[in-house]
Amino acid sequence: MSIRLEDVSYTYMRGTPFEKTALQHVSLSIEEGSFVAIAGHTGSGKSTLVQHLAGLIAPTGGRVLVDDVDLSDTSRAGKAAAKEARRKVGMVFQYPEHQLFEETVEADIAFGPRNLGCSEKEIAERVHAAMELVGLDYDTYHAQPPFQMSGGQKRRAAIAGVLAMKPKYLILDEPTAGLDPAGREKMLKEIRALHKKHGFTIVLVSHSMEDIARFAERMLVLRKGTCVLDDAPSNVFRQTELLEQSGLRPPQVTRFLQMLRRKGLEVPVDAITFEEGLKAILKAVQQ
Amino acid sequence: MLQDITLGQFFPGTSFLHRMDPRVKIGLLFLLIVLVFLCNTAPTYGLLGAFTLFLMLRSHVPMRMMLKSLRPLVWIILFTFLIHLCSHPGELIAQLGPFEITKEGLQQGIFISLRLVFLILLSSLLTFTTSPLKLTDAMERILSPGKKIGLPAHELAMMMTIALRFVPTLIEETDKIMKAQAARGSDFASGNILQRLKGFVPVLVPLFLSAFRRADELAMAMEARCYHGGEGRTQMKSLKAGRLDYMACSSMAVLTGLLLYLRFSMQ
Repeated sequence: MSIRLEDVSYTYMRGTPFEKTALQHVSLSIEEGSFVAIAGHTGSGKSTLVQHLAGLIAPTGGRVLVDDVDLSDTSRAGKAAAKEARRKVGMVFQYPEHQLFEETVEADIAFGPRNLGCSEKEIAERVHAAMELVGLDYDTYHAQPPFQMSGGQKRRAAIAGVLAMKPKYLILDEPTAGLDPAGREKMLKEIRALHKKHGFTIVLVSHSMEDIARFAERMLVLRKGTCVLDDAPSNVFRQTELLEQSGLRPPQVTRFLQMLRRKGLEVPVDAITFEEGLKAILKAVQQ
Repeated sequence: MLQDITLGQFFPGTSFLHRMDPRVKIGLLFLLIVLVFLCNTAPTYGLLGAFTLFLMLRSHVPMRMMLKSLRPLVWIILFTFLIHLCSHPGELIAQLGPFEITKEGLQQGIFISLRLVFLILLSSLLTFTTSPLKLTDAMERILSPGKKIGLPAHELAMMMTIALRFVPTLIEETDKIMKAQAARGSDFASGNILQRLKGFVPVLVPLFLSAFRRADELAMAMEARCYHGGEGRTQMKSLKAGRLDYMACSSMAVLTGLLLYLRFSMQ
């Protein structure tokens, strides 16, 4: 089971002088159960790509399949299946708290399940479960107006709204943007818990190579609408040149090790997280 | 969903119509509109038609796009034509029930419809070849004599500029919110009118909030940079009429003379 892009292209404002190609012949697949990060410079097509994964825009060329169902199938039989498949993918946009609109947190989270036509009992269960997943205490927060909560809490409430749809795949577009360091850390740990403990497939769009190095099992690098690198982070970060052409840099630790090596210390340069880097340096120094 | 909307109908290009001073363009457009109403014979309509066609061809805006601007008014033009067709006494051509179609009626119908077509085409030529920002800039300059009697020309133009500036931003925002709510099962396309309106609440509340947030931030940023209205402000790209504009004015003078001659001496 996977989300598969087959030769997907997308052009904004086709047929006008403002035409802009955002994706060019992208083929890839996101396996169920994996944790995939997407990186790329501003305007490289990340947002367009993840919106395709969630079936929010239809490709102008190629097709998107979620669990082998074509999302842009418009035949009468295919339409219902496509709608069903789209539901398996949850999408958390950048600054999701900007989309809160109900008077209480509970009502906002219940919006999705209610649209699905769930019974009141089921809705209540889903709201409880979703709030627990993002670490919001039900008794404390359920009756609060979201507009009075702190930034991080608002974001949690908004993410709970997506989780209440019970998606299998969860796409997060820069979920830590605008949070303070402690908030970032907590958010990332929660995302990891969603993956490890609760079995969500995670697609994470991020600008932080450090975060990607710590959490992702695989990363995609986009440049000008094409996927230039697709591998495990430790392999991707070895391609310093290609990364730089894409407007990215390896994590600080890796760059530090590369610098040490240039200065003459015999260290391996394949460490990408702080702990790995520390171990590598200690080992090199002891020798 | 929404990103395919263009603001106004500006069509970027480098034709002489694009390069002209927008103030001159607006002024000449007014003159042309007066001229359209002066037309009354086949030669005068022919002359103006030829001139309009010349401008349309030289503007490098695709003909298809320009003709599209006629579409919303097709029914009014048709209606006008029919009314004139049946309401002029004269040489009878055909009789449809109580309606008498005359030669004079046919001629008048064609003339008046042409008048409407010219008006629409000429004014859309202005909006096709002038960016909204240039237009508001020209408006400010044209209205600025009104400052003496208390007309806030600069403030009006600034309001228009800001509004125009934020249209694409808000469209983008709307698009994003609609997608986010659609991903949570919101349905904007089915149900009766009441249900659809209700379906828009989850979009409108966040949209208004974000518009207010942006307005607040913008006001703060403007104040931080000591903005205090139009008094004593200069512009980075000051409008300046050049050779092209004088040429356009002279051509228009020739056209006006020719038209007046055709109208008053050829009868």
